[in-house]
Amino acid sequence: MKKKLTVFLLHAELILMSFIVLIPVMWIILSSFQRGSGPPVAINLKGLTLDNYNRLFSETSYFLWFYNTFKIALANMVLSVLLIMITAWIMSRFLFRGRKAGLMAIMILSMFPTFLSMTAIYTLFLTLGLVGKSISLIIVYAVGAIPYNTWLVKGYLDGVPKAIDEAAYMDGCTRFQTFRKVILPMSKPIITYCAVSQFMLPWMDYILPNILLSGDRSRTLAVGLFALINGKESINFTVFASGAVLIAVPITIIFIIFQKYLVQGVSAGADKG
Amino acid sequence: MKKYKALSLSLLIWGSGQFLVCRQKIKGLFFLLLQLLFIGIELFSGYWLQYAGGLISDFSIRLHGGFFTKGIWGLITLGEKIGGKYGDHSTMLLIRGVIALFVIILFLLVYFWNLKDAYCSGLQIDRSGTYTDIKEDLRRFYSINFAYIVLIPIGIAFLFIVVMPIVFSVLTAFLNYNRDHLPPGKLLDWVGLANFRKLFTVPIWSHTFFKVLVWTILWTFIGTMTTYFFGMLQALILNHPVVRCKNVFRTILILPWAIPQMVSLLVFRNLLNGQFGPVNQALLNLGLISENIPFLSDPFIAKLSIIIVNLWLGFPIFMVMMLGVFANLDQSLFEAAAIDGANKYQSFLRITLPLVFQATAANLIMSMAGNFNAFGAIYFLTQGGPNNPDMQFAGSTDILISWIYKLTLNQQMYDIAAVMSVLLFLFVGAVSFWNFRRTVSFKEL
Repeated sequence: MKKKLTVFLLHAELILMSFIVLIPVMWIILSSFQRGSGPPVAINLKGLTLDNYNRLFSETSYFLWFYNTFKIALANMVLSVLLIMITAWIMSRFLFRGRKAGLMAIMILSMFPTFLSMTAIYTLFLTLGLVGKSISLIIVYAVGAIPYNTWLVKGYLDGVPKAIDEAAYMDGCTRFQTFRKVILPMSKPIITYCAVSQFMLPWMDYILPNILLSGDRSRTLAVGLFALINGKESINFTVFASGAVLIAVPITIIFIIFQKYLVQGVSAGADKG
Repeated sequence: MKKYKALSLSLLIWGSGQFLVCRQKIKGLFFLLLQLLFIGIELFSGYWLQYAGGLISDFSIRLHGGFFTKGIWGLITLGEKIGGKYGDHSTMLLIRGVIALFVIILFLLVYFWNLKDAYCSGLQIDRSGTYTDIKEDLRRFYSINFAYIVLIPIGIAFLFIVVMPIVFSVLTAFLNYNRDHLPPGKLLDWVGLANFRKLFTVPIWSHTFFKVLVWTILWTFIGTMTTYFFGMLQALILNHPVVRCKNVFRTILILPWAIPQMVSLLVFRNLLNGQFGPVNQALLNLGLISENIPFLSDPFIAKLSIIIVNLWLGFPIFMVMMLGVFANLDQSLFEAAAIDGANKYQSFLRITLPLVFQATAANLIMSMAGNFNAFGAIYFLTQGGPNNPDMQFAGSTDILISWIYKLTLNQQMYDIAAVMSVLLFLFVGAVSFWNFRRTVSFKEL
């Protein structure tokens, strides 16, 4: 009897939690198909409509924002992975003076939230004449990704036996050949983590894109979406909802597909303790 | 004694020791080129040549200095002529000064590298009595310095994109950079520790700072702990042998982590709206409440709302992490405990908990550091509101970072914002540093 009660209670808790998780999700999805413009108080399942999606494409530059962000995400993914892998490989495999200090320094510096230095970053790119151009954001993201991820990848590479590198050197590989043919294929999981997390970063980051790319033509999605809802609060809520759903669904799907790698990335520090 | 010969030659003309004494022509030329570059930048970005040719009578660093001299001049004076088209722009001067300083430091490092290399090359020849051939020497040079050669370009990018802005922010804390002194209309001045004094002695500032700090620490602590323990509870429930459809539940419960945070937060902001939010309406319709609950507009209830929404957003990360830890636990420990007559609760308390704590301690600290700076969790939900008239530009739910954001973007109080950035950085940096010192990963460096 007691066992049955346990089984019931556990499942009841899980079902309740699933509801708590799903209600806001369902609400935003259904909101995007509602008539009217404010946040719907009661969802009307009879009058579903695609109006909001039409308005989203006709009245805002949603597609352009999407394209901008996609461009940045792709470039950022490639560039960050390259920078991170090279830095982590050097830090993991070579002993040189200043290595420990360097690792410590990037660790501490990664604690400084990027946007606290937004004034300086803005002025720097203004001096270089790159404000309003995607390249500025790509540079900041890719270089800013180095500290944290270098630690992560270095930890992973330290777990890959050096004997494998040695074998490659014995076979006459140069250092870069070894990097390309041995290290990179061995680090697929961690590369996947870095690539996915760097690809996802620009989609919903707000502060830096807002400062560096504020014009309507060069905006990223997060900045554009927030503009739909902020200030004019509920006026355009259903349009915002459709925009949010269109972007949140792909991101969530990517996340679920790659969750194994993302989880590894998050708990990489966990089993070290 | 070629080592001293080479060293003394390279002191003045970079690479000349390598070139003349050690017969390492390519390496010598490489260092010489860098020296010429250094001098060239200064000469050709300024008007030194015209000055030397007697073309400029009223020479001043401000107008005619090169990249380095003008940079350092700007860093020290922050401009001398006010406003207008031909005036000085203090912020630009500061940034250029910092950049010039960085470049000078880089060249200094090259200079010392050149000296060390000249000495070592000379020493090598003294010892062996033979000169190395060019190929052999370059190969050795590349081999020994491989790590530096690869890292230097990345390091330089890092220096300018990450370190330079941080240095700039720190320097801003010692300037009078605020609404009353905005370049290019006004010049900035170094004010020493005045901003720090202002923050701690001017009542309105210190009072606001203290209140915001207390809430920031509370939020960090409660926000992290609730997600941690609730994540653990969910992981335990999911892990229980009798639970069916584990994967379905797991996928559903991961959703809050998978959905972009900003979207979730904006959804909650509308769900919890005090006047026509669906949550209030539903509660009214069910007859559970008789009037709207001010979820986001009452100072205390707004704080509660933030904690609860954060719990919704944050528990999946810890849940997934704990599931991983549970999977890696050594089962023989539990068997041994069972043989010794421990019941389930005892073995959970004495074995599982300590092991889980040990395995997730580092993540817990990192998560605290993250929550300490969780700008989005506050800004997108309440925008720091409700407004609080007896606080200086801060709302009741503002944490330090969102207050800094408001001070910078809305109030243009760059100096005070920078002071707080520095304090915040010191705090978070110290915690993370301490955390890393404790972990194995540091000892293995």
